[in-house]
Amino acid sequence: MDYGEKPAAMDGGEFDGERAAEMEAEMREIFRSGKTRSLEWRAAQLKGLVRMIEEKEADIMAALDADLAKPPFESYLHEVSLVKSSCTFALKELKHWMKPEKVPASITTFPSTAEIVSEPLGVVLIISAWNYPFLLSLSPVIGAIAAGNAVVLKPSEVAPATSSLFARILPDYIDNSCIRVVEGSIPETTALLEQKWDKIFYTGNGKVGRIVMAAAAKHLTPVTLELGGKSPVVVDSNINVKVAAKRIAVGKWGCNNGQACIAPDYIITTKSFAPILVDSLKRTLEKFYGKDASESKDLSRIVNANHFKRLTSLLDDEKVSGKIVHGGQRDEKRLYIAPTLLLDVPHDSLIMKEEIFGPLLPIITVDKVEDSFDLINSKTKPLAAYLFTKDKKLEEKFVNTVSAGGMLINDIALHLANHYLPFGGVGESGFGSYHGKFSFDAFSHKKAVLSRGFFGEARARYPPYTPRKQKLVRQLLNGSIIAMFFALLGWPRSG
Amino acid sequence: MELEGVLAELRGSFESGRTRSLSWRQSQLRALSDILHKEEEGIFRVLKADLGKHQAEAYLHEVGSSIKSLNHAIKNVKRWMAPTKAVVPMVAFPTSAEVLPEPLGVVLIFSCWNFPIGLSLEPLIGAISAGNAVVLKPSELAPASSNFLANNISKYLDNKAIKVIEGGPDVGEQLLEHKWDKIFFTGSPRVGRIVMTAAAKHLTPVVLELGGKCPAIFDSLSSSRDRKMAVERVVGGKWGPCSGQTCIAIDYLLVEEKFAPILVDLLKETIRRFFVRPDYISRIINRQNFERLSNLLKDPSVAASIVHGGSLDSEKLSIEPTILIDPPLDAEIMTEEIFGPLLPIITLKKIEESIEFIRARPKPLVIYGFTNDEKLKRRIIAETSSGAVVFNDAIIQYLLETIPFGGVGQSGFGQYHGKFSFDIFSHGKAVAGRTFLIEFSFRYPPWNERKLQLMRSIYHFDYIGFLLCFLGFK
Repeated sequence: MDYGEKPAAMDGGEFDGERAAEMEAEMREIFRSGKTRSLEWRAAQLKGLVRMIEEKEADIMAALDADLAKPPFESYLHEVSLVKSSCTFALKELKHWMKPEKVPASITTFPSTAEIVSEPLGVVLIISAWNYPFLLSLSPVIGAIAAGNAVVLKPSEVAPATSSLFARILPDYIDNSCIRVVEGSIPETTALLEQKWDKIFYTGNGKVGRIVMAAAAKHLTPVTLELGGKSPVVVDSNINVKVAAKRIAVGKWGCNNGQACIAPDYIITTKSFAPILVDSLKRTLEKFYGKDASESKDLSRIVNANHFKRLTSLLDDEKVSGKIVHGGQRDEKRLYIAPTLLLDVPHDSLIMKEEIFGPLLPIITVDKVEDSFDLINSKTKPLAAYLFTKDKKLEEKFVNTVSAGGMLINDIALHLANHYLPFGGVGESGFGSYHGKFSFDAFSHKKAVLSRGFFGEARARYPPYTPRKQKLVRQLLNGSIIAMFFALLGWPRSG
Repeated sequence: MELEGVLAELRGSFESGRTRSLSWRQSQLRALSDILHKEEEGIFRVLKADLGKHQAEAYLHEVGSSIKSLNHAIKNVKRWMAPTKAVVPMVAFPTSAEVLPEPLGVVLIFSCWNFPIGLSLEPLIGAISAGNAVVLKPSELAPASSNFLANNISKYLDNKAIKVIEGGPDVGEQLLEHKWDKIFFTGSPRVGRIVMTAAAKHLTPVVLELGGKCPAIFDSLSSSRDRKMAVERVVGGKWGPCSGQTCIAIDYLLVEEKFAPILVDLLKETIRRFFVRPDYISRIINRQNFERLSNLLKDPSVAASIVHGGSLDSEKLSIEPTILIDPPLDAEIMTEEIFGPLLPIITLKKIEESIEFIRARPKPLVIYGFTNDEKLKRRIIAETSSGAVVFNDAIIQYLLETIPFGGVGQSGFGQYHGKFSFDIFSHGKAVAGRTFLIEFSFRYPPWNERKLQLMRSIYHFDYIGFLLCFLGFK
């Protein structure tokens, strides 16, 4: 839906509003039957996904290669294994997640018991992205299944091989009556967005995020928006520059060649340290990808011609073309752009205004490393913020003053692999979080259940109102045990 | 001051970092508490003026409940602000991981007219606890309360970081044009849609606290003592809080046919016993709502179903507690949220049919169940969906800070009260940290088969395989 790609071919005619409505109604009927609620159903679907990954790993890798020329190591590490470990983690924890949480009830309502019950939301829609087409589709689907929902997945048409792979193989492994794949682009997505869903989970850009949320508003549907943003990397001068350069390089070019929502977008470092860092990054790039990176098989290519044009136009901006200190080569036929470093690009250049989402890495310099915090906070809130330092004080200040979806100190992107950390944005980088139990929660409604019996009554809350009753109500609300004792005796009885 | 200027001032206050400190948050919460203690008479006066609310009711549902929430927040805010440590699995290697709550920024709260003080302060307590700068827009339909909040909040609180902006829909629209970091709305689904559509332009997360038709399933309780207590709770839960003009009020009752006459007699008797003076019950907020409610009764087949009450006083805007038996299900009284002192009773052959009855309708904010039948309770919890389920009492769940308060489906989304209020006005920032000490070179390109094998071992939690491979690799 990005940049106007052609819609992928649909089987069995056009998927319009009518067909979307039919499908939604069918799925709602099945959801109402209660089929998706049982632990057994949820576990069977997750096990089906694990089996699919084990049996179809080669096909998945081939689809990722076709869509993005993603190196097998990356495909395995970032997509296949992450999805599989999310599945096995959910399978292990599922029973525990589903259990109602007992909470203490207060003296005011004594005697009573209270608990929070997680219930599925209903029929949910997941719209995923092209850059990690396997991971970003199945990762939310796992949460939706674990929470007991019926699910429609709309993979991105910009990664057509992976999209059609889902449509082809998912039905063989999971319950196709409650988990469906709809392929397509803008018309199909529009048809889907017209329907009433119980939750919409969208991964992509802010422009489409706004459209999704406005469509959801018509039906009062809650949404999760997983967007991106310009994720900064602050580099202090007191670090092990060799290790830092490797971690930055693998986090930038080793993650789908910079086409990742949590990839480093730009670096901020001190004027004096910049040459050292540039030097180290250059050497690291050569070690990783050889003298001529265009020969390397370890770099994903740019996803398509539209994105290639967008990225080259960032480089051709006259404000920045003279600032390239490494790389800059391109080959339109192979959709290749070399890992590129730019030093001291102006703040008002296009490359510093828009999310780069590609292999270009500008470096901004400041006098003192602390100055970078104000610079970051003057921009919209990013999905991730990174800092390399050995200075604990600086780290503390960074954590407490910079706002971002998540942050990682002294490394890049790894925080995403921890199932115990919520993953999601804030401000322009979106809202709502997922991964691990946070995914289960994102697709659950937390129903409050309060139970009382017919012993013990605070008659004082009922009219006719007397001064005595009002005094007792005051004490009850303040948690007075003596007041509660009187209330239990049904005192005062007047009226 | 122009709205732009007000917002710039608020943004400036937030960006100064002042609102983040524990001391600021606690001082503002204490200042709110001061208002409730020192201006209690004033609150009683404005609630009397806006809604004819008796001071006992005003204390129970607005002053007292807010004091309880404030005490809870003041006591716990320090703990809420602390980061939560997260488990670090081996796969991720980082040496530390935690979730740090941070304030969202400048937030907007739209409150409503039925509990104009309580439903303004409850979200405000959350927004302040979480360290945000706040604009509160009280409902213009409760003008005395709106004015009271504007005067006292600016007098008692930090008026450069917390503002009350008064006005009607035009002011609401102006506010919605601006960018907020969160919008918290209490009101109707119609306005909720407008709020969310406006929020989408700025990618602003919203909380929608709406209403819905909250049913009460009333089982044929066998003990007369239980019956009496349950009926008192129903009467207290319907006409007590703002004369049924409450999002969690009982909207209608579901009972077995044979039990209905017994229940109606008990209801009548309890109403007579409770409401011995006309001022024990609130009046209807305004003429428009009075007209809306009287129109619900005008339908001849609805009017024919009235078994108690039904008298209206358009001068005083008061409507007598009214009970109806089996009004037509397609009449407006059974398709729209009533939000007033009318109580339809729908009779069923068997009480279990109530579950299907509820499932066929939009998800309500609360489902009440008056029953001692454990099996029925379990079925209600498992087979219906609603913001909350409350057994054998009504309204009182509002006072509990350990359970979340909020809707699902048509009754809205987002939950608050207690720590849930703090969470809804916070961003849970994932913070992970590593050192430069341990470094695994197989993470880096150029990729080869051995590196891939190492990664496979790690992901299969095959630590021995990993170790062997790793040592061999070295």
